[in-house]
Order: sequence, then C-alpha cells, then structure tokens
Amino acid sequence: MKLRDTLALSLASIASTRTRSLLIVLAMALGVGAVVVLTALGEGARRYVVDQFASLGTNLVIVLPGRAETSGGLVGAALGQTPRDLTLDDAHAIGQLPGVRRHAPLNVGAAELASGGRLREVTVLGGNAELLPIRHMSLSRGRFTAGSGQIVLGRVIAQEFFPDGSAVGQRVRLGDRRFRVSGVLSEQGESMGFNTDEVVIVPVEDAQALFNTETLFRILIEADSRAAIEPVKRATIRLLTLRHDGEEDVTVITQDAVLATFDRILGALTLAVAGIAAISLAVAGILVMNVMLVAVAQRTAEIGLLKAIGAPSADVRRLFFAEALWLSLAGGALGFAIGQLGSWGLRLAYPALPAWPPVWASAAGIATALVTGVLASLGPAARAARLDPVRALSGK
Amino acid sequence: MTGAAAGMIRLEGIARHFRMGDQEVRALDGVDLAIDAGEYVSIMGPSGSGKSTLLNVLGLLDRPDAGRYLLDGADVAALSEPAQAQVRRTRIGFVFQSFHLVARLTAFENIELPLVLEGIAPAERRRRVEAALGAIGLAERAHHTPNELSGGQRQRVAIARATILQPAVLLADEPTGNLDHRTGAEVVAVLEDLQRRGTTLIVVTHDRELGARAQRRIAMRDGRVVGDER
Ligand SMILES: Nc1ncnc2c1ncn2[C@@H]1O[C@H](COP(=O)(O)OP(=O)(O)O)[C@@H](O)[C@H]1O
Ligand SMILES: [Mg+2]
Repeated sequence: MKLRDTLALSLASIASTRTRSLLIVLAMALGVGAVVVLTALGEGARRYVVDQFASLGTNLVIVLPGRAETSGGLVGAALGQTPRDLTLDDAHAIGQLPGVRRHAPLNVGAAELASGGRLREVTVLGGNAELLPIRHMSLSRGRFTAGSGQIVLGRVIAQEFFPDGSAVGQRVRLGDRRFRVSGVLSEQGESMGFNTDEVVIVPVEDAQALFNTETLFRILIEADSRAAIEPVKRATIRLLTLRHDGEEDVTVITQDAVLATFDRILGALTLAVAGIAAISLAVAGILVMNVMLVAVAQRTAEIGLLKAIGAPSADVRRLFFAEALWLSLAGGALGFAIGQLGSWGLRLAYPALPAWPPVWASAAGIATALVTGVLASLGPAARAARLDPVRALSGK
Repeated sequence: MTGAAAGMIRLEGIARHFRMGDQEVRALDGVDLAIDAGEYVSIMGPSGSGKSTLLNVLGLLDRPDAGRYLLDGADVAALSEPAQAQVRRTRIGFVFQSFHLVARLTAFENIELPLVLEGIAPAERRRRVEAALGAIGLAERAHHTPNELSGGQRQRVAIARATILQPAVLLADEPTGNLDHRTGAEVVAVLEDLQRRGTTLIVVTHDRELGARAQRRIAMRDGRVVGDER
C-alpha cells in the first residue's frame, strides 16, 4: 500500500468516528496547551525578574554598610561595636580602583518639595553625576552635573508642579533648602518596586546637608565588564577593610549573584510546571491508547476483511499507526494554538509579565504529543495486525 | 505426481482440528484434492462437515494443522506472511455469505480496496472500478454505502471486490445463503460468467439446485471428502 493511501484511508476512518476522534484530539490539545501556557507563565516570571534586575544597571556592584553574616547577625554588633558608616571619602577611594568604570554614592530620604504654592512629600536621592548612567536613568530635558543646588525632578513630579512643561530653570524648595531645576527624568516606570517617576535627585552633598548626615546609604559601582565584577568586589572589600581600621564591616553584593540565584530558582520552577503539564500529556497518551484499543476491538471484522482481501500485517499496523499520528498531530497543533492563545491572554491580563511561551516548550509539547500518541498506538496496532482473519471476520 | 500440471490446487492429507472444551473437533480429517485451472466445483455436505474450513484453508485465511497445500506447485505454508497476503490479494478471490463489505465505505471504495492495497495509482483504480461496477450493473450505485444497497447488490459488489485484481481462483462460501431465490440467481449468473471467462470457481453451498450446476461436485462429511463426481 502506498503511503498516500495509508494516510488517506486512516484519515477517513478517523472522520467516521468523529466524536471519539474529537475527544482524543481535545485531550491531547489540553495537555499540549497546558505545557505551553504554564511554561509561558514560568518563563514570563523569570524574564520579569531578570528584566527588573537588568533595569537596575549593568555589571552593578553595590556596597552596603554593615556586615551581613550568613552565620547570622552582624559581627560588629555581636562584639558590641557599631559598624562604621560609609562616607563620601570611601566612595572617592573606590572610584580610584582598577576595573571601576563609574561609581556613585547614594543617599536616600524623604523631604517636602514646594514651589508656586504646591507642596508634597517626595523621595530624595542624593548622588553624583554618574548616578543616572549607572542606574540606566535618562533625562528628557536639561542635565545633571551634580553642581550644588541642582535638582532633577521625576517625570510625574515635574508634571504636577509645572504642568506647562517649564520645569527646567525653575526654583523649588526642598526641605529648608533652595534648588534650581536642572533636568527632568524621562519615563522610567516601576523598577524593583521603586517608582523613579516620583523621585527627585540632588547632589549627594546637598542631600547630606538636607538630612544632616555624613553617611551614605549605598555606594553603587559599575564594573568595566562582567569579568571585572568579582575582582572589583574583592578590591572594594579589601579597600574598605583597610580604610575601616582592618575591620570588614561592609557588605558587597553583585547584581550578578542575586540575578543568578533568581534565574536558577525560576528556571527550575518553569521546568517543574512544564513537568506537571507533561504528566497531563502522558495521561492523554494513555487515553489515546485506550481509545485505539477500543477502535481495534470495534473494527475487528474490518481488520479481518482487510487481511482476507490481502492486506499484509504491516499495512494493517501502519493504518492504525497513521490514525494515531493524525490524532496526535491534530492534538499537538490545536494545543499549540490553545497555548499561544492562553499566553496571549496572560499577557493581556498582566501586561507587566512577558509571558511568551519559550520555543523549546512548544516544540517539546508537540513532540511529546506525537511520541505519546504514536507509542500508545504501537500496542493496539500490533494487536490489530496479529488478528487471525477467520476469527476476526467472525467477530471473535 | 507430476507437479503443477496435475492441478493448480493440490491438497495432500490436509487436517484441521479445533479444541472445544475437552473435546477435539476434526473439522478437516485428511483431505486430498486436486483442482485444475478453470474448473467449476461445488462443495456440498451437511452443516458442520468442514466445507467452510476447507474453503478457508484454500483461501489462506486459515492454516491446516497437517498436510500440504500446493498452489501452482508451490508449498503455501513455506511462504512468508507478506507473500501469503500477496497471494490472497492477487491470486485468490473470496466471497462470503454475509458479504463483509466495509460499512463506512461506498460501493466504489469497497471495490477499490484491493487496488489500494496493491499500490495502484488513483487514475487507474478509477478506470478499473468503474469498469467493474458497469459489469455488475451497479454503475449508478457507485457512491452508495452498503446499507443503501439490497442484499443482491451487496453480494455483487463483494464479487467485484474479490475479482478486481483478476485472481485465478474465486472461492465462494454460500454466496446465495443470505439471498432470496431470484437475487441469488443473479449472483450465480455473475459467478458463472466469471468462470466461463477462465476463473476457477469453487462454491460451497447448501442449495442442491446450485450445487448441481457445477461441472464437478464434491461431497463432504465429517471433515472428509466422500464424493467427487464430474
Ligand atoms: N474456529 C472454530 N473453533 C472451533 N470449532 C470450529 C471452528 N470453526 C469450525 N469449527 C467446527 O468445525 C466443524 C466444521 O465447521 P465448518 O467448516 O464451518 O462446517 P460447514 O461450513 O460445513 O458447516 C464444525 O463442527 C464447527 O463447529
Ligand atoms: Mg459453513
């Protein structure tokens, strides 16, 4: 028998048992669809976190005051010593280290912003001119050279205070100090739960004066390259330990390490949900096997007749095999469509989530459907091919 | 024993036993038979005498437990499964009492089946099936399914299917058993027409009148050949 005829004949026999065929296709489709949607969800979550971290900056190394020991607690605190604060001098010293492309001291606080009769509380970031490039923030208007008295307004703040767009050059009061607006941030949106559209940025010295402090909240470092991250981290710890009288009282985290951890966890999560979805596919496979066995039983007489008029066992086997192939193909294709539709729905419902199904998951879903369908058909097909024509014809 | 020349079909000591509970049924109990090409043979005998079993063995639908079956001088038992299928497809046609048409396929498609199995191209299949439908007077019924056909029409479709690849031998097991007298006669006419044009025809029947029409009449009883008249 020619392949074309095998395919046509098997398709015709599928069409003749429409309800049953539809049910199998649906079962397979739901399995494949589940794989696609669930991996889209997992992959979307992973990408969301990765993107969030990436938006923080590139090759970022962050210095925090105080020592976070994995063994628990702060060593200094345990010994009755308070950890030394980070200072502007520390930041300057770090700026001299090899492998450091940029560095920015950072202070954070809240203060009242007032201008033209308007008043509101804002989050204040104190930094230097490098803060913006390190944090991947850009200005839509003006500039920020961290000259004394300069202030950059977040997009929303600028709009609130100067709806006519005339923010740059205007005078504002922040706390008890006067500033002149030197720039407006372009839209940044949410980043790690921190809305930069509603902050203001001032030179770090001004921030320290405003909050009456000598200390820093963080020092942000951008390393020259990915490879430079670890050396910079080690050099920073060595430098600050030296500067702090031989005491290692800072914590240095790298974006890379945090990101890698999240990446691993979420990658494993994606695999886990994909695995669960694959089980539903296996169940669909068992269903196909059952239905194929029923089909063989119901069509015993037809199989006997085919053999009586000269169909070799191989042809009979191929016919049933082709039927399973058709069903799994249809199930796989429909499931793929369901999965794409579901992922699209997810993205519509949660625009922040980049829920794109990974190509490997779609391919694996369809491949699993084909393999389970075909494997499930092997037994029934072999049984059909083995049928004795005389017995089969008499319906035994 | 001069091989193929002595008979297209040669059975030597064919036995077929069935086990029914603890008792053995000897459906065929040492059958020797030689049938030449082009013969018209009827096989008669009481129910259970082994007629169908003999025909099944001849049609390669069943394997004997003992004895030799030579077809054109070649031992059938020595053939591989695909080779046996090939024999069933191209050299032997089988017509059943209950037609055994595929219910979901049309008359055309049922007759086409052996051609599909043989791997013949669609255009050639169409030509041959249409010719066959014309020959049995069912050109108008080509696209009817079996349950839209009368019994006589169904059996004629079954005969067309059995002979579409022009086998040398046509085996018919009570071909008129499910038909009334008149349609039965029509079916017999189709069979005898094929025989006149060279096909070896072997008919199992209960019908004395039909049996008597054959040039050679074989009688069976208890799995043995007990009469063979020409
Ligand atoms: N598959 C089978 N299993 C058991 N017994 C069988 C089977 N086929 C035929 N027989 C027995 O063999 C004997 C001959 O049957 P069969 O050839 O059908 O007779 P006939 O066609 O002459 O009526 C009967 O006794 C029947 O019951
Ligand atoms: Mg019988």
